[in-house]
Amino acid sequence: MAGRLLRRAAGIVATLLVTSLLVFGSVQLAPGDPASFLLGGRSASPSAVAAIKEQYHLNDPFPVQYAKWIGGVVTGDLGRSAQFRQDVAGLIAARLPTTLWLIGYAGLLILVGGLALGALAALRRGVVDRTVLIGTGVATATPSFVAAIGLISLFSVELGWFPAFGNGSGLGGRISHLTLPAAALALTFVGLLARVTRTSMLEELGREHVEVARSRGIPGSDVVRRHVLRNALAPITTVTGTIVAGLLVATSIVETAFGLSGVGQLLVSSVTVKDFPVVQAVSLLVVLAFVGANLVVDLVQPLIDPRPSHPKGGVR
Amino acid sequence: MTPRLLEIENLDVRLTAGRAARPILDGVSLHVGRGEAVGLVGESGSGKSVTCRSVLRLLPEGAEAAGSVRVDGEDVLTMSAARLRDLRRNDVSMIFQDPRASINPLRRIGDFVTEGMRAGGMSRDDALRRAAELLESVGIREPRAALRRYPHEFSGGMLQRVMIAGALAGEPRLLLADEPTTALDVTTQAEVIAILTGLRGERSMGLLFVTHDLELAAAICDRVYVMYAGRIVEAQTAGGLFDRPRHPYTSGLLAATPRLESDRPPRGVPGRPVSLAEAPAGCAFAARCAHARPACTRDVPARREIDGAHVACLRAEELSHD
Repeated sequence: MAGRLLRRAAGIVATLLVTSLLVFGSVQLAPGDPASFLLGGRSASPSAVAAIKEQYHLNDPFPVQYAKWIGGVVTGDLGRSAQFRQDVAGLIAARLPTTLWLIGYAGLLILVGGLALGALAALRRGVVDRTVLIGTGVATATPSFVAAIGLISLFSVELGWFPAFGNGSGLGGRISHLTLPAAALALTFVGLLARVTRTSMLEELGREHVEVARSRGIPGSDVVRRHVLRNALAPITTVTGTIVAGLLVATSIVETAFGLSGVGQLLVSSVTVKDFPVVQAVSLLVVLAFVGANLVVDLVQPLIDPRPSHPKGGVR
Repeated sequence: MTPRLLEIENLDVRLTAGRAARPILDGVSLHVGRGEAVGLVGESGSGKSVTCRSVLRLLPEGAEAAGSVRVDGEDVLTMSAARLRDLRRNDVSMIFQDPRASINPLRRIGDFVTEGMRAGGMSRDDALRRAAELLESVGIREPRAALRRYPHEFSGGMLQRVMIAGALAGEPRLLLADEPTTALDVTTQAEVIAILTGLRGERSMGLLFVTHDLELAAAICDRVYVMYAGRIVEAQTAGGLFDRPRHPYTSGLLAATPRLESDRPPRGVPGRPVSLAEAPAGCAFAARCAHARPACTRDVPARREIDGAHVACLRAEELSHD
């Protein structure tokens, strides 16, 4: 057990190192001179350019630049934003709550909607199933910025139920401000989760032990809950983990569309002006979210299926 | 007169859905008395499993049933869904062929054994206490600990014992066993059969035992029904079946059984088994029967009683099978 945890931790560190190298490298290797972007297109004296290059270590060879950056990241120093002239860590920390609220809200909508629709489709074959399939097909194919426009025009402009813009304050204000963004964010992923749930449940519905449970006089709702949905959870959990991590990326579009100042919007505005310390930090955060979500899924999986899995390589 | 424990009368089952439409059972009648062990023997596809499952109204998808299946006089085919659940929980239990596939692999043994009792409203503690007793009665050591274990931690034979314990939880009067030992290896087969017959005797339950093994059925049953292509072709006492099989198919089956004490090699029944859907007019066995006459392919022979045995063969009186 201890050995497995150790291997697992080593794997996570290796993943983070490799991806951090890719993240750092891709921003550095992008066309254009970072110094001129940092100056924001203004003409500057050669001495000012030299000062900028010195501050961002642009004169050092790439490995040295990376080492300095990753050393800073490890100690919590993510660098300074050229755009905002602030510490990146502080910038992200100020915006993270809004983004986390949005992800949490959307995640809840996805989980409830996806499971309910998927279960409904699996249990009511025929018209209901086909309707859900078509509906989720459309939902999955709808880009979140299109959904955002549609939701704003219907619920903000026409009906005036929800605000179209801003973060809101207090719990009630937050929820009302985040409802439309969360719905726009959830739409695509609800369809995905519904389809995975449906497929997984249909597979479990065909199992012999489900028929045996019915033959033992167990009420239908208990059979569905304890034998069908329960056994269908493994793929549902895996997909949910990936969705939650993917939401962090998807927030960039939705936050921009709804004028929310969150991490996603920070990423978009930073990419536009090539504020690379911010882009690097947010990209690393995304990687961290995927690694974290995968870790949680892997830890939860044995609770869902107690049967011993076949470890890769078969070493115990 | 009190009704019989199980009385199946003229049961027809047919699939009605689309192109798969075909008959499966034709006029099946059988009965099981209180505390009686009855065997139902036939090859794969003969309809023996469908007959057995119909007692719990577990019909294949898209199937339609006519006739009646009565448990203590109550027709299973027409009863309400609520009454059916009640019957499945308390009156009739079934033991399935493959315990590994029949028990949810992700839930604990205790969940499986107590599930029916909990659905019936018993408290968790009482149900677990009773489950431990049941596991003990089927010969599982440390039943308390076993309740907390998962199916993959048990062998097939042990898991079939768990299945039997689960079937006994509702104190049924009738036990259905659908090839309960076919998926087990030979040494555990005997143990499971011993447990099954022992508990049946103790609790004086009726048993409908479905198998393809005529010898096994005769060893543990009072009476045996032989099925061929969706019809019952012969019914008589286990002893009578061996001493004097009346239907050519039964004697064919007996001759096909390999025997240790005889040097004579087993003789197979020529041809291949047919299902009811592909059976020609008349006696379904006629094409494989050495004694067939032109009349055999005209009408389906009716079941008649000859010296206490029931047989559906036109020539049953003339032929003396040995």
